[in-house]
Amino acid sequence: MKQRFGDRVFQAANGLFLGLLALVTFFPIYYVFIVSFTDPSEFLLKKFVLFPQKWSLEAYEYLLSTKAFPRSLGNSAFLAVIGTLCSLAVSSSFAYALSQRRMLLRRPLMLLVLLTILFSPGIIPHYLLVRELGLINSLWSLILPSLANGWTVLLMKGFFDSLPAELGESAAMDGSGAVRTWLTIILPLSLPALAAFGLFFAVGYWNQFFSALLYLNDAAQWPIQVLLQNMLKSASTIDLTIPGQHVEAPPSEMLKMASVIIAITPILLVYPFLQKHFAKGAMVGSVKG
Amino acid sequence: MSPIRSYDTTTETAAKTTTGSLATVADGKKRKPGSSGSQKYWKSLRSSLRRDQSLYLLALPGLLFFILFKYVPMWGVLIAFQNYFPFKGMLGSEWVGFAHFARFFAHSDFILLFRNTLAISLLNLLLFFSVPIIVALCLNELRSMLYKRIVQTVIYMPHFLSWVIIAGLTFLLLGKGEGLINAMLEAAGRPRIDFLTNPDSFWMLVTLQAVWKEGGWGTIVFLAAIAGIDPQIYEAARVDGAGRLRQIWHITLPGIRGVIVILLILRLGDIMDVGFEQIFLMYNGAVSEVAEVFDTYVYRVGIQQGQFSYSTAVGLFKSVIGLILVLLANKLAKRMGEDGVY
Repeated sequence: MKQRFGDRVFQAANGLFLGLLALVTFFPIYYVFIVSFTDPSEFLLKKFVLFPQKWSLEAYEYLLSTKAFPRSLGNSAFLAVIGTLCSLAVSSSFAYALSQRRMLLRRPLMLLVLLTILFSPGIIPHYLLVRELGLINSLWSLILPSLANGWTVLLMKGFFDSLPAELGESAAMDGSGAVRTWLTIILPLSLPALAAFGLFFAVGYWNQFFSALLYLNDAAQWPIQVLLQNMLKSASTIDLTIPGQHVEAPPSEMLKMASVIIAITPILLVYPFLQKHFAKGAMVGSVKG
Repeated sequence: MSPIRSYDTTTETAAKTTTGSLATVADGKKRKPGSSGSQKYWKSLRSSLRRDQSLYLLALPGLLFFILFKYVPMWGVLIAFQNYFPFKGMLGSEWVGFAHFARFFAHSDFILLFRNTLAISLLNLLLFFSVPIIVALCLNELRSMLYKRIVQTVIYMPHFLSWVIIAGLTFLLLGKGEGLINAMLEAAGRPRIDFLTNPDSFWMLVTLQAVWKEGGWGTIVFLAAIAGIDPQIYEAARVDGAGRLRQIWHITLPGIRGVIVILLILRLGDIMDVGFEQIFLMYNGAVSEVAEVFDTYVYRVGIQQGQFSYSTAVGLFKSVIGLILVLLANKLAKRMGEDGVY
């Protein structure tokens, strides 16, 4: 194919521009990653490192032998696993019931869900409710109030709507109640979709910061995001010493960088799946029909 | 735009473009049983409840959740009209009408909050809205599919990172004491620059942060719209001798005009929403004048100072304005010939 000269210049400039854009996005993470694995003495000497001469795991070893850091990781893992399972159970059972034609209340219930998308009463009433329920300083304060939300229920209902109605009907004819149909027929069939929703919930729980800031005063309950935020502040209040030992800590910058990398890692691990489900799906779905 | 189906997408912005499915939902509800048929409705509801007990049982946890965690707080906003004291409870607290609202409107903070919110939102609208369109146009022109995929993979990624991580990266790159840029400046013998505590550049800083985080992800919806343009139009233009730039200008851009318009209108609808987490994390004493927005103010006054009624009033004011804007935006979108969202 013959290309005009102008076209080729355009192609080259365009490729270069997008390459630069990708570089600008990638570089901060690259830099933090590299420094977190640099030998502390080299970092202290050079002040900044773009590629280390000597690699070291010291920052990571130090963080993981403190008391506060692994504890926060554990809290976040608890939220991501238990929270996701609870969210999936509540959201999918509700959405499935809403998708059933025999459910006569589905219109008022849909309105109920839709209104929560349109109007939010703000921070304080939510805070007071959680306090009244006695959930302050409990990890459940981060799970229970975010078990479901309007958008997800609507999307899930859309998914269940797309399943053939005969599935539930034939099961009902065989005498299976809706709960049993949902558990033994619908859920196994919806596993790929549930996995996608589950990933979405899990990332949400892992990244949750604001609710933790509101509801958890006790540092022992902090998830990783709050601990990280506290470390990033100049006047950090978190105790990052290794109990019973007098080990000299690596420079605080390096500890921060190692924490950032640890907090990013689970997201990066699931990112290929996230991109597959959400990015590609969003495009295919909106072009179709 | 056709509805994005089922679990294909779960992001809110993408979901907002699922015009079809939500519109049907809303239409369905308008047809409530008429008064003449209402007796019949209750009768069939009773028999349905008896027949399909387990179906209603299945809906119960979700229903309880929505009532407790979404509707009880809506009732809780009433404390905005009280002098609420936790030990007295809502029933025992004294009613004061619109006193807290009056106090807020008269307060000098009111103008400040409005100014900051609008400034950050409008800057966002300018940059954060145009960047994804431009990047989507560029991505669409790439010939190499592999290169396109690599660029997409990289620029979508920050969308999934928390604001704490983004703030951390910002401090570690731009911080005065510990930031890479300043370490390099010093090594080059130049003075250090205060990026994070400069009130003049704070709005730009948070806008650029938002662009870095969401700019790539925002291209998805435009790429989808571009993919929907009939390739024959491009062929015809090529035969007529149009170059790439002319094709972009005369075919691609008009082709995605509808999507641009509806997203722009929706954005105008949530102009009152400036992300709490981002502002809270980037907030410091030096920039407080330009950084305080509604949500951070509610947090500071309500949670930290315990002025529950006053801060609820501020939050309620913001929610109501937001609701009105969203409904207006939706109406506008419908008038422009788009489907609307609700």
